[in-house]
Amino acid sequence: MIVGPRPLEEPSSGLAARLASAGVGDRVYRVAITLFAACVPLLLLLIAAEIARAAWPALRTFGFGFLTSSAWDPVNGAFGAAPALYGTIVSSIVALVIATPLAIGVAIYLSEFAPGWLRQPVSFLVDLLAAIPSVVYGLWGIFVLIPLLRTHVVPFLKDTLHLGATPLFSGPNYGPSMLAAGVILAIMILPYISAVAREVLLAVPRSQREAALALGATRWETIWGAVLPYARSGIIGGVILGLGRALGETMAVTMVIGNTHEISSSLLSPGYTMASLIANQFSEATGDLHLSALMAIGFVLFVLTLVVNALARWLVWRVARSA
Amino acid sequence: MPPTDASPAATRTALDVQDLSAWFGAQPAVRGVSVGFREREVAAIIGPSGCGKSTLLRCLNRMHETVPTARVEGRVLLFGTDVYADGISPIALRRHVGMVFQRPSPFPTMSIRDNVAAGLRVRGGGAPSRAETDRIVERALRRSALWDEVKDRLKASAIGLSGGQQQRLCIARALATEPAVLLLDEPTASLDPISTQKVEDLLYELRSEVTVVIVTHNMQQAARVSSSTAFMLAGELVEMAPTARLFTAPADARTEAYITGRFG
Ligand SMILES: Nc1ncnc2c1ncn2[C@@H]1O[C@H](COP(=O)(O)OP(=O)(O)OP(=O)(O)O)[C@@H](O)[C@H]1O
Ligand SMILES: [Mg+2]
Repeated sequence: MIVGPRPLEEPSSGLAARLASAGVGDRVYRVAITLFAACVPLLLLLIAAEIARAAWPALRTFGFGFLTSSAWDPVNGAFGAAPALYGTIVSSIVALVIATPLAIGVAIYLSEFAPGWLRQPVSFLVDLLAAIPSVVYGLWGIFVLIPLLRTHVVPFLKDTLHLGATPLFSGPNYGPSMLAAGVILAIMILPYISAVAREVLLAVPRSQREAALALGATRWETIWGAVLPYARSGIIGGVILGLGRALGETMAVTMVIGNTHEISSSLLSPGYTMASLIANQFSEATGDLHLSALMAIGFVLFVLTLVVNALARWLVWRVARSA
Repeated sequence: MPPTDASPAATRTALDVQDLSAWFGAQPAVRGVSVGFREREVAAIIGPSGCGKSTLLRCLNRMHETVPTARVEGRVLLFGTDVYADGISPIALRRHVGMVFQRPSPFPTMSIRDNVAAGLRVRGGGAPSRAETDRIVERALRRSALWDEVKDRLKASAIGLSGGQQQRLCIARALATEPAVLLLDEPTASLDPISTQKVEDLLYELRSEVTVVIVTHNMQQAARVSSSTAFMLAGELVEMAPTARLFTAPADARTEAYITGRFG
């Protein structure tokens, strides 16, 4: 810029004043907005601190053994989180294993194959799955899913696929089971994963598809080789969102998992999750230690969710960076 | 579809476009164009923005029909075979007619090497061996004048390259499958002068091996790289002539108006 020294001198004081006055409004706004923003992490810390405080008596009594013990004996005051922790993780994994391919399949169909007029209604119906109240899923699980599993699916797995010999499907299936919980969870998290995956797939630039097509790729090769890789970090984000839902889901799981303090390798056996344990026992907790043990369960669940989310962040970041 | 006889075919027509029209929905973008592109020559297509250059180009490898509602009429003969005839697969066609787009479009999740090899893996007959792939990748990168810049980081991600390098990577990707025809849609539009120079040099060298059709907004570029030039206006072909003649003694008054900068 060719600006002589003169214009800089004279109007600069007026300009400086104007700049300063604009700065004041800006500063007030910034302070206010920072305060609001600070409330959210503060709330999180407060909740964490409160749960930790309430859980402290149990954590102090049982120490690290709380995580590994399978005891749950309110009468004698022995508590352990292992079965519920195990049940939470396993039922969520079962849900992910079932829901992820289905949800991605639905998303691929909707974003790549469905004719325009079908896309909206089908997306809407899939999204509607997320609007069904949890307790309705539970009822459906008791009256439809569990009988279906018992009379058709389990016999199929055992007799036709001969999976009865593997630990995962050994033993009898009386009704409520880890498998039932996993399937219910899968249906519940499917809309979340597929909604995210659908949006991410639709956001893949046309140039990527065209680049693949111009090389002589078929439609399927284009999706598999160009579209899905481009979208992968977003899809992983959707899967993690679904996992977060599955870890915390309470009502429907409580109704179909059997609520039994046991660790069994078989998915056909009943189990427990941390969320359903708290929901079931909180109102009738006897004694302070029992109450504190439930709080400790809540604390473990809280930490587990945090760890999963941190892992997810890291994974998405890794994938996005390697992209 | 690829050349069948081995006669010295300097004058053979690689692509013969006959009365080609193309629409987006009801709106015509190319109207009754007939034009021939000779084998092993660089032909340029020039014309004002929106005149249908890209659309014409995309009809040549049947990319136009991948746009919903798009429609084509007319014939495009590739070495005598109508690519729009029944039973011709656009997938197979595109393996013989490569295309490079205006904006570099490397696959971001793939390494440099895998980007170049991407077209090999989709070739029906199964991917070539690893050693064979390495050989093809090196050759394609050398032809696109990128080898020296990337030979030490073939495993690195393709998006670590500069825009000009990415575009030459896309050219290498298109060359790796040994197409008979290479279509380029404003390949240097987003590049700096040095990268542009490299791409132009490349086109100059390619002319003895493949048939090249290049769309460009840059008339100097057309003059530098092509041996014949077509001028389009409002979806129609105004004229096609040897480049030197089109720019010095155009037959049509509209061509003259355009190249002298009086409109467009
Ligand atoms: N996807 C599309 N849908 C609808 N109309 C389109 C589409 N793409 C292009 N058109 C229209 O078709 C006509 C020709 O477009 P085309 O892209 O072939 O022009 P062009 O000569 O390549 O222009 P430019 O030099 O700006 O790239 C234009 O009128 C344009 O508006
Ligand atoms: Mg164009």
